[in-house]
Amino acid sequence: MEHKITIDPITRLEGHGKIEIFLDEKGNVEKAFLVVPELRGFEIFVKGKPAEDMPIITPRICGVCPTAHHMASTKALDDLYKTQPPSPAKKLREMLYNMFMLEDHALHVYVLGGPDFIVGPKAKKSERNVLGVIQKVGLEVGKKVISMRREIRELMTLLAGKVIHPAWGVPGGVTRGIKKDEKENFVKVAEKGVEFALFTLKVFKDIVLSNKEYVDLILSDAYTHRTYYMGLVDENKKLNFYDGKIRVVDPDGKEYALFDVRNYRDHIAEHVENWTYIKFPFLKKVGWKGFVDGKDSGVYSVAPLARLNACDGISTPKAQEAYEEFYKNLGGKPVHHTLANHWARVVEMIYAAERFLELAKDPEITSDNIRKIPTETPTVGIGVVEAPRGTLIHHYETNEKGYITKANLIVATQNNSARISMSIDKAARNLIKEGKYDEGILNMIEMAFRAYDPCHACGTHSLPGNIPVLINIRNKDGKIIETIKNFE
Amino acid sequence: MAEKAKVAFYWCASCGGCEEAVVDLAEDILQVVDKAEIVFWPVAMDFKREDVESLKDEEILVTFINGAVRTSEQEEMVRLLRKKSKILIAFGSCAYTGGVPGLANSYSREEILSFYYKDGDTVFNPDNKRPTPHFIEGNFAFEIPEFYERVYAVDQVVDVDYYIPGCAPTRKVVKNSIDALFSSQIPPKGSVLGASSRSLCSECPLNETKPEKIYLKSFKRIDKSQPESDKCLLIQGYPCLGPVTRGGCEALCVKANYPCTGCFGPVDGVKDYGAKAISFLSSIIDSIDEKEIEKIIDEGLSNPLAIVYRYSLPKSLIFDTKIKKNGG
Repeated sequence: MEHKITIDPITRLEGHGKIEIFLDEKGNVEKAFLVVPELRGFEIFVKGKPAEDMPIITPRICGVCPTAHHMASTKALDDLYKTQPPSPAKKLREMLYNMFMLEDHALHVYVLGGPDFIVGPKAKKSERNVLGVIQKVGLEVGKKVISMRREIRELMTLLAGKVIHPAWGVPGGVTRGIKKDEKENFVKVAEKGVEFALFTLKVFKDIVLSNKEYVDLILSDAYTHRTYYMGLVDENKKLNFYDGKIRVVDPDGKEYALFDVRNYRDHIAEHVENWTYIKFPFLKKVGWKGFVDGKDSGVYSVAPLARLNACDGISTPKAQEAYEEFYKNLGGKPVHHTLANHWARVVEMIYAAERFLELAKDPEITSDNIRKIPTETPTVGIGVVEAPRGTLIHHYETNEKGYITKANLIVATQNNSARISMSIDKAARNLIKEGKYDEGILNMIEMAFRAYDPCHACGTHSLPGNIPVLINIRNKDGKIIETIKNFE
Repeated sequence: MAEKAKVAFYWCASCGGCEEAVVDLAEDILQVVDKAEIVFWPVAMDFKREDVESLKDEEILVTFINGAVRTSEQEEMVRLLRKKSKILIAFGSCAYTGGVPGLANSYSREEILSFYYKDGDTVFNPDNKRPTPHFIEGNFAFEIPEFYERVYAVDQVVDVDYYIPGCAPTRKVVKNSIDALFSSQIPPKGSVLGASSRSLCSECPLNETKPEKIYLKSFKRIDKSQPESDKCLLIQGYPCLGPVTRGGCEALCVKANYPCTGCFGPVDGVKDYGAKAISFLSSIIDSIDEKEIEKIIDEGLSNPLAIVYRYSLPKSLIFDTKIKKNGG
């Protein structure tokens, strides 16, 4: 008897992802697939548009991380027009970027992925949401999260026009700086941000790390893949979200590649399948060997865990401390446990907050030297940032007047698409044996999926934070013979 | 209200920014929750399509739809929600006028699919695979939605009662809209909610620097110039779309020294935003000499359609038709 199992995250109807599992004759998993049923075609329809419009148009790829697209696009314009922003403009951009990373990561920790651990992996579904988190940590903390998010987003609005979607970045700089009397508020919010990030680490340690059951889950084989990891590093190979070189480490943690984003095509290629609109990037020189891990497979991973694995440390003191603690507790570098992404995300929150504070205090931050107007003729421009969900690359080519003739984008979550599929496949194999399975699979798959904070489930960037899952078990005529679900 | 009003949210071809805009209401949202029972919000709550199907026709008081329509799945859901809702609202630029995804209407489906799965710089596809709506592997069939030839605004698919403008609508606009819906005086059908009825200039902090009449000898592009922050962007030569764009955003972009790109759409009475904008931009060119006009356009606005239709190409005269079978 052959079965097809369809797992609909809440986003199936919404066009953002579903899971298909095929069983073989014995009822064991033959294949499991992540299916993304949507495509919008940005790379094509930006053709003919003025290049300076790209930081306006491309954030519409994702309203959850518009700042990431805005910044990758603006940096691609710097390259396109062969100019570099003056130091204050660069600092302003990096500051805005770290503000964004802080508030976006906080959203994930408290609202999305966090409930798995803070409320508990075995808690009732109805409690595994932000309201459950508030119950566990107290209403005061809930208010703190809401007000932190609001304060940061209001300052982002002041500086960059809109938080969804920014209107600010131009080749060689930005359109607005910080006035002297506005600075104090940035410093104040940044100080609060550092305190808030450290507090978040404490919450995570108190609740997650002190509980052996949770730690065992993080370390369990079901959530482990030995892949390559990718992330941006600065000139000292320290973590950086805004700028630097792309570094790739192999499954043993050794540097495999360190390259300028201009050479991304030598290193990254995208595999295509018939059953999903998403593509699967892989390391070109290692090659596509299918959905498998190990040194011979070109599958790599991005986002918080990958970034910590790919760097040699963090330039700010409190984050460095948290980074060392992270590896000390998880048995050294690299860490291959997908669920450790949650912890890595908290470490990154501390870095984002500390870097925000450093830059807010910087004497140059109120300078009005915020633009170097380009004079060169535009040709080709490639830019990169680390989005919350991983390495994000924008590549544009234009005619001599600066109108787009070609665009190619490697979008953050897409980098993880192969490994996400593997995590789902592994969870399915562990839980479905000879046609038998229980509702635990829902929980396990959901957790495997959510640890990546995938953007095609960016729908989950919202209130309750759990992904309701429905599994239809069909016979081979497609008739539903059984339905299990994780919600009432 | 004895029984709470039923409310639904849904998203189509969109970026999630409209959902974030709702989340940004933060504590204000509790006020909504107090007045309404949310029966469907895929992003945030656990209800499924079957739950919507099982409702009586028009049982939902208000459904908010964001995103444009590009796939068969989106079309089906929009039709279902229309049937189940008394009031259906197009929320945000994509639902209202097609939005940024609507720019794809200048290109064919085949051009998009070829680039994504065959010709793109980083594509490696030796077996020439391509996502296929009904794909069969072995005994099993995969279903992914049909990718339509073009993008539709929601009112090109079903009847729409109200519109909420913006990409994304700001917190204030969302809050005003909700207040309007739950007020004793229900706005007339077809109204644009939550925003101003006047153009953006009327609320722009630079408006006092804008003369009665504007005449330009050239347009400027922001790629190779920096706007001055204390002077009307239009008189500086930037094609700021404030004069033809609905206000209500509080001129956020202009306050960041960036010209308005028109995301709030047309003011009352204008159907084709881009046509209005292009005729406005032409009217301020200070020349009657054809050659000179050509030169002015070529230097500063050489793809004017790209500038005026950033958010509304599917609602331009060329594309403003109702959906046909299979999205053709």
